Amino acid sequence: MAEFGNPEVVQEEVDILLIGGGMACCGAAYEIGPWLDAAKKEGVDIKVKLVDKAAMDRSGAVAQGLSAINTYIGSEQDPADYARMVSNDLMGITRDDLAYDLGRHVDESVHLFEEWGLPIWKTDENGERFDGSKGMTPLKDGGKPVRSGKWQIMINGESYKWIVAEAAKKALGMDNIQERIFIVKLVNDKNDKNRIAGAVGFSTREHQLVVIKAKAILLAAGGCVNIFRPRSVGEGQGRAWYPVWNAGSTYAMAAEAGAELTMMENRFVPTRFKDGYGPVGAWFLLFKSKATNAFGEVYMDRNKEMLDDYPPYGQAAVPASCLRNHLMLKEMKEGRGPIWMDTVTALANLRETLTPREVKHLEAEAWEDFLDMCIGQCGIWAGENIEPEKKNSELMPTEPYLLGSHSGCCGIWTSGPDDVGAPTEETEAGVPDHLPKGWNWGYRGMTTVSGLFTAGDGVGASGHKFSSGSHAEGRMAAKAMVKYVMDNQDYSPELDTDVDSLMEEIYRPVRNYLEHKDYTTAIDVNPNYITPRMLQFRLQKIMDEYVAGVATYYTTNEHMLNLAEQKLEMLKEDALKMRAKDLHELLRAWENYHRILTAEAHMKHIQFREESRYPGFYYRMDKNFVDEENWKCFVNSIYDKETKTYNCFKRAHVDIVDKSKLFKAGSH
Amino acid sequence: MPTFVRTDKCDGCKGQDKTACMYICPHDLMKLDKDGSETGHAMKSYNQEPEQCWECYSCIKICPQQAIEARPYADIVPLGASVQPLRGTDSIMWTIKFRNGTMKRFKFPIRTTPEGSIDPYGGKAAAEIGNIAKPGFFNHNEQNGYRDGNPAELIRK
Repeated sequence: MAEFGNPEVVQEEVDILLIGGGMACCGAAYEIGPWLDAAKKEGVDIKVKLVDKAAMDRSGAVAQGLSAINTYIGSEQDPADYARMVSNDLMGITRDDLAYDLGRHVDESVHLFEEWGLPIWKTDENGERFDGSKGMTPLKDGGKPVRSGKWQIMINGESYKWIVAEAAKKALGMDNIQERIFIVKLVNDKNDKNRIAGAVGFSTREHQLVVIKAKAILLAAGGCVNIFRPRSVGEGQGRAWYPVWNAGSTYAMAAEAGAELTMMENRFVPTRFKDGYGPVGAWFLLFKSKATNAFGEVYMDRNKEMLDDYPPYGQAAVPASCLRNHLMLKEMKEGRGPIWMDTVTALANLRETLTPREVKHLEAEAWEDFLDMCIGQCGIWAGENIEPEKKNSELMPTEPYLLGSHSGCCGIWTSGPDDVGAPTEETEAGVPDHLPKGWNWGYRGMTTVSGLFTAGDGVGASGHKFSSGSHAEGRMAAKAMVKYVMDNQDYSPELDTDVDSLMEEIYRPVRNYLEHKDYTTAIDVNPNYITPRMLQFRLQKIMDEYVAGVATYYTTNEHMLNLAEQKLEMLKEDALKMRAKDLHELLRAWENYHRILTAEAHMKHIQFREESRYPGFYYRMDKNFVDEENWKCFVNSIYDKETKTYNCFKRAHVDIVDKSKLFKAGSH
Repeated sequence: MPTFVRTDKCDGCKGQDKTACMYICPHDLMKLDKDGSETGHAMKSYNQEPEQCWECYSCIKICPQQAIEARPYADIVPLGASVQPLRGTDSIMWTIKFRNGTMKRFKFPIRTTPEGSIDPYGGKAAAEIGNIAKPGFFNHNEQNGYRDGNPAELIRK
């Protein structure tokens, strides 16, 4: 009988394993069905399984819902326009091939969401807007969405994830889905260390170690939250901007499996409504609100000349996100805070131009924007007696986040499309020999480890995919994985580590606890182990104080980074002494191990890149400039799991679409 | 805004092995206290790690007894407010109570099709194996959403 500390070992073998249950894996679960049928017709039977550490109805970054779909190209824009926007927002260093490919595919997923039942706001022929329940012409038949920005469309998205998960679950079949399984480690092949052979984890509900062999794996387990000390450290620390359960598992597991990471120096520091982290997009773009300093001055106007310090990225019609922070931080640092979102003026102005019916809905729209995706912000408005038409709200830049699907581009170096003119050679020296030279190596969405694929937050150097793009990217990967399995029918995965050793490693925190728990009278204070909670605090303190967190106004330098490196090394050693008093804490222990590896990659990449590419997100004060000549390149890295160190190197950046078009209309 | 469970309403999902809130919480926070040894309230669930609560309201929305509510974060928000939903099959109703007593009620659509009605591949063409290495999804263009793009934009082709 299995019990805590003595789990049952469950071993199985599939052809394709999907790790995660968010938008990307839901996309993969949907797309893969017809390709499995097509493969079967060719005589190839392919078995697929999906595992999720939570429940698919409410897992991933869209669990709470969303008030907008942020990537919808529409018939009036070109995928190249989208690739240009992504590039400029991320200061010029993105993979155009990945963004372009996403741009041509993404609307297919959005049209499916509408078919499945997601309410999408529409405008009628008079330009009047209606919510998504009114049964107007679908987007696929030419219906007009309500654009809250060039790329965004408004939805009634409380049940967005519920709907997308229903389609995914039905498509794949619940027999092939297991929830509450937390995969913590990928296993390479015994005969080829650059190939994936399986994954291992545990059930958070039963005493089971789960070992799954697979020929191909889609690793799409989200971005990374809570590696920096958050602004709220009491109960409010759960109120992260990005979901608190995104623990960097995607990056850490890929790194340990030998996959090449890219742009891990990139981070996102969203400016959001203070404390609740409510979204600002609809306020800026739909309600036409302005953000000001304490004296009512619009900082984007007041500090406009600062954009000229960063040509050409500051000179596009919409300057890069980090630069907008850069202009705001000047106000805060020079004592002209707080920063206000002027909701009062915005709503008053709108009342003058809208029809009476629309005015009636305006207040509801403002509240729904939060209720659909960030309910906690409503709690703050209600608790502080804030009605947006009567009282303005504070804005604040958050603690840093690492992700690849929102306005960030860290992640894994991934094979792109082969039909858009992407490079087939590498011109920078120093790339390890075993890695691919060009930007595509056979299978769309595959990492540099054979058989290991990724999507969504996992795919680096692209960004701005958001929910719809992550779904589409999962679909692209699913299709490529079927091809991979068909091409590798003779491959039989063999794990490079025996199951006993895997068990030993994964349940180490449990053993630490059971062996030492009776040494002291206080369960949390014991010299023989550290709680996952305290380990997380230590990580957050190091990152906040040395690696450009909020404590230093996002500044660091070479010397501070070197100290961080020493402290992180000891933290990683101590991670082996984490304790787990139950399965819930074992989940936390492994999440925090993943956070450490992700944080280390972030620190090493910032250390390697000798410039400040993202002013407003972080500043290396010893290299406080953008150096286009030497650093307009990707910084990539490989983790050596034997020496437990990252090796960083450059890869050349190449434009695949013409960026000069960004600046013709917008330059000033 | 950590969630809390009301002792007068929670029935532990009538003694089933796992409660609805345990099933749904994305962060594994909700726990059933079977014998009352952890909370003093046997067969009722509780939030075992309130400082990790993202306020996603998944447990509140799914609870069949409406036994779960949220109390705004004590380290941030003045006392007295509440935000409570009632989620139906096609819409959600919100009741917002301000610290000063102001009340607001909103109702929003959540879905245009009946729950459970999705037919994932209904009426859609099968995948053609010959297209597997080409751009586009299995039902290429059936959704009218594939954007070919102007080839002249690709400057290296």
